[in-house]
Amino acid sequence: MIEVSGVSFCYPGLESPVLHDINLEIKPGEFLALLGRNGSGKSTFTRLLNGLLVPTDGDVIVDGYNTRDGSHRLRIRQLVGLLFSNPDNQLVAGIVEEDVAFGPENLGLPPAEIRERVEWALSAVGMQDYLKHPPHMLSGGQKQRIAIAGVLALEPSYMVLDEPTSMLDPRGREEVLRTLMDLNREQGTAIIMVTHFVEEAAAADRVVILDHGRVVAMGSPLEVLTRTDDLSDWGLEAPEMVLLCHELRKRGYTRIPMALDSRRVAGAIKQFSCKD
Amino acid sequence: MVNSFTFGQYIPGNSLVHSLDPRTKLFCVVIMMTAVLAVNTFIGVMITALFTGIFLVLTRVPVTIYLRGMRPLIILVVITAAFQLFLIPGEVLWRWWVFSITDNGIKMAALMSYRLFMVFVLAQLLTVTTSPLQLTDGLERILRPLARVGFPAHELAMIMTIALRFIPVFFEEGSKIILAQVSRGADFQGGWLKSARNLVAIMVPLFVRAFRRADDLALAMESRCYTGGEGRTRLHEIAMSRMDYLVMAATAALVPFIIVFRN
Ligand SMILES: Nc1ncnc2c1ncn2[C@@H]1O[C@H](COP(=O)(O)OP(=O)(O)OP(=O)(O)O)[C@@H](O)[C@H]1O
Ligand SMILES: [Mg+2]
Repeated sequence: MIEVSGVSFCYPGLESPVLHDINLEIKPGEFLALLGRNGSGKSTFTRLLNGLLVPTDGDVIVDGYNTRDGSHRLRIRQLVGLLFSNPDNQLVAGIVEEDVAFGPENLGLPPAEIRERVEWALSAVGMQDYLKHPPHMLSGGQKQRIAIAGVLALEPSYMVLDEPTSMLDPRGREEVLRTLMDLNREQGTAIIMVTHFVEEAAAADRVVILDHGRVVAMGSPLEVLTRTDDLSDWGLEAPEMVLLCHELRKRGYTRIPMALDSRRVAGAIKQFSCKD
Repeated sequence: MVNSFTFGQYIPGNSLVHSLDPRTKLFCVVIMMTAVLAVNTFIGVMITALFTGIFLVLTRVPVTIYLRGMRPLIILVVITAAFQLFLIPGEVLWRWWVFSITDNGIKMAALMSYRLFMVFVLAQLLTVTTSPLQLTDGLERILRPLARVGFPAHELAMIMTIALRFIPVFFEEGSKIILAQVSRGADFQGGWLKSARNLVAIMVPLFVRAFRRADDLALAMESRCYTGGEGRTRLHEIAMSRMDYLVMAATAALVPFIIVFRN
């Protein structure tokens, strides 16, 4: 479990804090989406989770290790993998397998185990056929999956992703999202994903919304993403399906249920094909 | 842009030379380059040529690959040869206006062309059969003893690895910036002043982005538990085999010959 308690953060040299009094518990195996407008502090928050940044106030405790305590730094980095949005800027080596091996190499594992982890991680993201490829010959989505494998090879319990799909085309986005959901389901890796696509957040177990450095909403996607007026106050757009349901209700189809899944909404519309 | 860059490009393979430890290859190539630069007799030339030839055959890479890599360097060889040919004093064999060719001139021109040519061939022999990563690993291991006196051996190797990884990224980005500027009406033809200005227009955004990348990369590496060279293991540990020692011994045996055949 990652316990974030009373965390505030202020960049050195800045007057006002970027994050104010954040309290949050992240459970093993959960899929959490973190939403918020530009500059709301999402990236800063992700860097607090693996100890790249240390809170100005409050504590971040990862499976019992406080990120304040420098002696656990490597353990925390291994437990909490962090992935950034631009795949090009996080691949270190010129060959896929060498890149994925980078993390385990840093842990000082024996070569045979490194090889095992590299092969496992690449097949977990469906890129096992690209062992010897240079990353610059791959598509954006493929590169990002290699980057995911690179983090995965450290065998983290939590994977924190800062807008992992924002640099990708729709196909790459789909690829990466599916990979993450499979990881969450099959390996039980907790996923903490920052995104500004509300549609992506709909797939999560829990949604947290940050605004001006504060947690302004937390709950299931259905609870949070249907608050259309609040969402626009927080600088976010409601999902299309929610807008559709709202519009239908306004026009008299009051028994249309709120849903985020387009198939469920379609089913409901079919049932209510006449006004009640 | 990237594909035109073929001098010494790594060609994967399973030959004897490919499977040698990068340190062995570095050692042999350095010895052979020294030998090539030191010889000045016909027999010396023949011995070094034969030796290099054997190595080339053992790489099982077609000779055309090496020759293709040499193409842009031929001019350099020709110019060097021309200088030797016309400027070395000796017994004049042929004269026209201010140009004269001497017996020594011919000899030196042939020798210098041979030396330059062989240095390039040997450099290719190394890089064609050794991946950049093996090469940096080899260098790191050779320099490691110096790390004890504060020499940044690991850091140097890491810098080279990252530089090699980012060369294609920068090429791609450079072409994108050029395209973006052309599509907004930039004209890349014209005099040198204009070319210089155009170059600035490309280099500035390229550098700004490079610094951003460097920041991101540092964070990503730290997040993946990187703390420097200490305690780091490798997926492919390089290791010397009996064959490595054999090849090194054979190359070292070249040294006395070269000394003997230096008049
Ligand atoms: N290294 C830094 N030094 C100083 N201030 C920073 C630094 N990084 C971010 N900030 C500031 O902190 C605030 C929050 O930034 P952060 O990057 O966490 O937001 P974000 O929610 O990730 O935004 P975006 O959606 O644009 O990625 C911003 O006002 C930003 O200007
Ligand atoms: Mg951000």
